[in-house]
Amino acid sequence: MSTTTVAHHDEHTDHPTGIMRWLTTTNHKDIGTMYLTFSLIMFLVGGSMILGIRAELFQPGLQLIKPDFFNQLIGVHALIMIFAALMPAATGFANWMLPLQIGAPDMALPRLNNWGFWLLPPSAILLTLPFTLALFGIGDGALATGWTFYPPLSIQGGIGVDFAIFAVHLLGISSVLGSINIIVTLFNMRAPGMTLMKMPMFAWGWLITAFLLIATIPVLAGAVTMLLTDRHFGTHFFDAAGGGDPIMFQHLFWFFGHPEVYILLLPVWGFIPQILQTFSRKPMYGYKAQVYSLWAIGAMSVVVWAHHFFTAGMPVPALLYFMYSTMAISLPLAVLFFCWIKTMWRGSMSFETPMLFTVGWIILFGIGGLTGLVLADVAADAQYHNSYFVVAHFHYTLFAGGIMGIMAGVYYWLPKMTGHMYNEKLGQLHFWLTAISFNLTFIPQFFLGLAGMPRRIPDYALQFAEFNMISSMAAFVLGLSQLIFVYNIISTVKGGKKATSQVWEGAEGLEWTLPSPPPYHSFTEQPIIK
Amino acid sequence: MTTHSNNHYYVPHGALYPVVLSAGLLTLASGFIFSVATDKNKDLAYLQTPGKWMMYIGAAIILLMTFKWLSAVVVESITGQYKKWEDKSFRIGMIVFICSEVAFFAAFFGALFYMRIISVPDLAAFDPIFTPYKDFLGTWPSAGPGGTVLGTEYKPGTLTPMAAWGLPAINTALLLSSGATITWAHWGLLKDNRKQLIFGLFLTVALGTAFLVCQAFEYHEAYTHMGLTLGSGAYGATFFMLTGFHGFHVTLGTIMLIVILLRSMQGHFSAKSHFGFEGVAWYWHFVDVVWLGLFIFVYWL
Repeated sequence: MSTTTVAHHDEHTDHPTGIMRWLTTTNHKDIGTMYLTFSLIMFLVGGSMILGIRAELFQPGLQLIKPDFFNQLIGVHALIMIFAALMPAATGFANWMLPLQIGAPDMALPRLNNWGFWLLPPSAILLTLPFTLALFGIGDGALATGWTFYPPLSIQGGIGVDFAIFAVHLLGISSVLGSINIIVTLFNMRAPGMTLMKMPMFAWGWLITAFLLIATIPVLAGAVTMLLTDRHFGTHFFDAAGGGDPIMFQHLFWFFGHPEVYILLLPVWGFIPQILQTFSRKPMYGYKAQVYSLWAIGAMSVVVWAHHFFTAGMPVPALLYFMYSTMAISLPLAVLFFCWIKTMWRGSMSFETPMLFTVGWIILFGIGGLTGLVLADVAADAQYHNSYFVVAHFHYTLFAGGIMGIMAGVYYWLPKMTGHMYNEKLGQLHFWLTAISFNLTFIPQFFLGLAGMPRRIPDYALQFAEFNMISSMAAFVLGLSQLIFVYNIISTVKGGKKATSQVWEGAEGLEWTLPSPPPYHSFTEQPIIK
Repeated sequence: MTTHSNNHYYVPHGALYPVVLSAGLLTLASGFIFSVATDKNKDLAYLQTPGKWMMYIGAAIILLMTFKWLSAVVVESITGQYKKWEDKSFRIGMIVFICSEVAFFAAFFGALFYMRIISVPDLAAFDPIFTPYKDFLGTWPSAGPGGTVLGTEYKPGTLTPMAAWGLPAINTALLLSSGATITWAHWGLLKDNRKQLIFGLFLTVALGTAFLVCQAFEYHEAYTHMGLTLGSGAYGATFFMLTGFHGFHVTLGTIMLIVILLRSMQGHFSAKSHFGFEGVAWYWHFVDVVWLGLFIFVYWL
């Protein structure tokens, strides 16, 4: 085996050094590293924005920031966390790990891969530039509509909306390029003998994610283009006076927006079973059932979008359809939960940091899923809609289900990527601080929402004061404990105990047959899978 | 574990094209935003001129980088770096890319169907006692009932819809026959008949250009004689956005065809290896199919 993994000394190993290495690289590991680093930076940026929000919400009344700036922070926080933190993290893992897992020499379209990453920094600039411009008196800041761009507010909005529209365009191009690359890689670059049904689960998760991106991101691009022409070129897509309809934007947006939830989660559902089987030291339960469930969820996710705006007005048959179809998604999801739990059942389990995050992830994401079932009920949703209940629900799915899953992946693969073991004690401290403060931040928000506190409002009635205070304090603990994560990553990159090839006792798969860190070019000769 | 060594995938050298291209896109996007910054923010009119210059610079960077990047790919192709394995990657990639383009057009078709079937009839279906749109019938084509839009009055003008069996039918014939000529050129390539290849491509470019000329004429007619503009409510918006984005894709396709034609005249492509040709041909057929959808749903029905 070892002879096959040593890189051939050909022209490609002499890559440029310094900044030029990163600007020009076509290497999947370099690009994966850039994606992950970018994601971590933007995670901290988006997190600091929301700490500003929580500071303002610490007490009723307006203390720290103006309402307009509050709205801007909310919208940009969401756009950054979704498009610049979660999605690039998943793409970073795809770049790093998919070629290693399927025994490919690199991603199939390496230069396109480089472009896919380098579209992200310009988008981040477009998202945040309006804040800076406003400091110099140009425009009135970033978009203040929330991340959903709903018209007519977004048509009235200032220059920040235009910036966000073009940021979404560039992010969209980046996602489409990334998806093309991943689909091609998975179809064309698998090691001989690795049939589709022998692919690692992470590859399945990403393949379906990539299909969803191809189907929905262009629709979002179309929707924000209509917004742009409504704003500047006199079209009436979202104006009743011209025969248009603001609700149409909600349909177009959520046709993208709901699959987007699964785009954020499916890659995580891919590697979570792999982590589970590693630390349970037994093969994952129900591989086929999981693959079919992923397909079912992917397919159903594009036909349930209107549950995001039940209260906007729809014919009753449509309400019923969207309610039942939404609830039906919980069936394949329940199959997945069952498989995850059954994988651990009677396993020889150990609880290193990745496993801690994974088990915590199953429980917390379960809460996110169950509260979603409540929201899917049309009759009940009239009460919950646009309340803090929704905020708590989607943070259980996207922070617990998304970010904490990504963190499990980071701890799981960091020794493979860097060649060093991370500090286990700090990792566990990070997990417990994150899990506890996360719950303390968002459980109160369920109660706030049930009691009727609306989201996206900088001020609130006195009766909500205690819960908001708890939530704000916990949010700062949550935010600060991520510094442990950052410190742990940086010190692992710099040094630490050497990691073995297999890293984890129960780890199986092609990526664990390579040395840690893997050579710059791995699998230039493809292994044959029996 | 055994390995097999009959294959070596080509991983290209790093290049600065992608990152500079992204910088160009950033410049173009921010320039565009500044150049239209006036109507929502009256005090930002001074940004218009610098914005326009940024747009020109951004577009120039994009064009230059696209040219350089694709030239590098062509060089790699004719020096034999791409074999069957790489070729298959390009093919799958092109198919997936075209799927994403289909999804983009689906958004605008979706808007057309939604307005025509739901929002316009709904506006005419209010209770006659309470309706703010007294004489609005909700028939298609519609420019909407009119009203105040964010403080400015919008009065729908009388518009003549674009008739299907005039210029649009000729355009349909032009595009359909261009689909035939490019297939004929492909047959020529497969038989190693270079004359048929070049002549077929030339015909395709000519038909594509003729289509664009007809469409320009049609737009001119719409604006000057028919009262049909981008601002003509639901019909105007969907008509111009759908046909406009399609026309933009035809323009791109024609440019790609011209490149392929010039490459063929240089002796590029062989019967066995011609992904560049086929990629463009697929794209051209895609544009063709979108036009059929447009002809049926925008012009005809």
